[in-house]
Amino acid sequence: MISRRVVLYFPSELIDQPIISNTVKRYNLEFNILKASIAPPEGGLLVLELQGGKKDVGEALAYLKELNIRIENLSRDITRREDACVHCGVCVAICPSDALVLNTTNGEVDFLPEKCVACELCVKACPYAAMEVRL
Amino acid sequence: MPRTIQEINEKIKAGKAVVVTAEEMTELVAKKGVKKAYQEVDVVTTGTFGPMCSSGMYLNVGHTKPKIKLGGGTCTLNGVPAYTGIAAVDIYLGAGKLPADDPRNKIHPGEFRYGGGHVIEEFVSGKDIVLEASAYGTDCYPRRELMSWLNIKDVNEAVLFNVRNAYQNYNVAVNLADKAIYTYMGILKPKLGNANYCSAGGLSPLMNDPLYRTIGIGTRIFLGGGVGFVAWQGTQHNPSAPRTEREVPTRSGGTLSVIGDLKGMSPRYLRGVSMCGYGASLSVGVGIPIPILDEEMALFTSVSDEDILAPIVDYSEAYPQAKPDILGEVSYRELRSGIITIDDKEIPTGSISSLSRAREIAKLLKEWIEKGKFLLTEPVERLPGKESGITFKAFRERPVEQ
Repeated sequence: MISRRVVLYFPSELIDQPIISNTVKRYNLEFNILKASIAPPEGGLLVLELQGGKKDVGEALAYLKELNIRIENLSRDITRREDACVHCGVCVAICPSDALVLNTTNGEVDFLPEKCVACELCVKACPYAAMEVRL
Repeated sequence: MPRTIQEINEKIKAGKAVVVTAEEMTELVAKKGVKKAYQEVDVVTTGTFGPMCSSGMYLNVGHTKPKIKLGGGTCTLNGVPAYTGIAAVDIYLGAGKLPADDPRNKIHPGEFRYGGGHVIEEFVSGKDIVLEASAYGTDCYPRRELMSWLNIKDVNEAVLFNVRNAYQNYNVAVNLADKAIYTYMGILKPKLGNANYCSAGGLSPLMNDPLYRTIGIGTRIFLGGGVGFVAWQGTQHNPSAPRTEREVPTRSGGTLSVIGDLKGMSPRYLRGVSMCGYGASLSVGVGIPIPILDEEMALFTSVSDEDILAPIVDYSEAYPQAKPDILGEVSYRELRSGIITIDDKEIPTGSISSLSRAREIAKLLKEWIEKGKFLLTEPVERLPGKESGITFKAFRERPVEQ
C-alpha cells in the first residue's frame, strides 16, 4: 500500500464526468478529498489523497493523464519562507495533519511537507505570511 | 551582604560578571539552591518576542523647502496614515494602523496583510518608504502637498515608542462556540478546537521580577535588536492582579512602556504582524537584564514554566462581553507540552509568542553584558507595585443625552 497526495487539474469538458469514481473502482483505490473547486469555463481542481497498491496508484495516475488531466504532486504546494518564520507555533494547533510540529529539543517549528494536505489553514493563521501557496 | 548595581557594573566592565539566562538560572537554582545561585550569579537575562499592540514609532522628518506644516493636515507612510497632530514635521505611526483602502473585515475574515507594523519593519530594515502629505498652508508654512521617498538614515529622529509591551502574564484563548472565530489571539477553532497562549513564560522579563524591584523607570533594556529604556509603566498596568506564593500574577499583571532609538534596531526583532480577521500589529523583541541583588532576586529569577499559571478565557463570549468568567488555570509547562485538558477534552495548544526568539534575545543580551557592551541601570523611579492599589479599570460609560 502506498499513499500519494496529488493535485488534479480538470479541463472544463471533463467536469461533468464521474472520473474519480471510475478510477477508484477500476484500480481498487481508496481516496480522501482534501480540496475541490469547480469553476467553469477554466475547469476544476481537485486535491486528493490516493491509497492503494503501488502498481494500481501508478496506473490510475497514468489513466488520469491520458484523459488530459494535469497532475502535480501536492508536497510542493505549501512552502514555508524560512526567513519569515519566527517559530512561534501558532500554526501547530491549527494544522490538521501534523505537518507543522513543535520540535521540543530546540523549541522551533518543523514543517514536514510530506504530511501536508494543503488545507491552507496555516496560510491564514500565520501572522508573518511565512506560509505560501504555490499552485 | 546584598550586592549593588554599581558593584555589578564594575564586574561587567572588568569582564568578570557572571551572567546567565533566565532558563539557565532556573536550572542552576534547582541544582544548587537559592543561596549558592545568588553567590555565583550577578545578572539574569530575560527575553520575549511576540505581537505587542500599543507599539509605534515617531519620526521627525526634517523641514522641506518651502516648509510644510503636517500638523492639522494628513500624512501617510506607504499608504498607512500617520498621526500628524503634534507639530509641523513630527509624526507618529501606530502598529495597528491600516491603509484607508484596506477592506478590513468587509469580507470576513479580512487578511490585514499590511499595516503600521509592516511599515515599521520595512523602515527599520533600511528600505525607502513613500511619504505622502497634504496640509492647509500658512504664512510660515506655505507648502500644501508633499510626496517623497523617505529613508531612516535621512530623518532627524526615528524612535520606537510603545505604550504597552511585555505583559507580565496573559490569557489562554479558547472558543466555546460552534463556529471558528478570528481574534488577536489567532484563529480559534470551534468547540475548544485549540488553545492559544502568548507569553515567554519563565523567560519573560516581568515574570522574573514580579514585584518590579529592579525593573523601573529608566531601566536600560534590549529593544528591537538595539538599546532602549523603560519609559513608564505600560498602559493597563495592573500590579493588583492576584498572585501566587512566588508573587507571580495569575492574570495579566504589570506592563511596560518602552522607548528606544529605531536607528539602532533590526527587523529581526521588529516584525509586522497580520492577524486574520483582527488587524495588523508589530512583533517586538524585548530583553531585560535583572541584577541579582540578593537571595530574593535569585529566587524570583528561578521561576519556571511550571510555577506560572494563566487563565483560560472563552473568546467567543466571556472576552468580547467583558465577563470575568474563566474556564480554569493552566501552567506554561502544560501549555508548552502541546496539549492541555479542559473537561476531559484534550486540546492542542499554539503559542503566539516565539520561545526560540525569546531564547535568542536572552542569549544575545547575555553576550552583550559579558562583553562589557551593556551596563545595568538603577531605576530612576519604581513602577507602581501591588501596594499602589492601581488596578485595570473598565470603561466608565456615561451616555450623553442628545
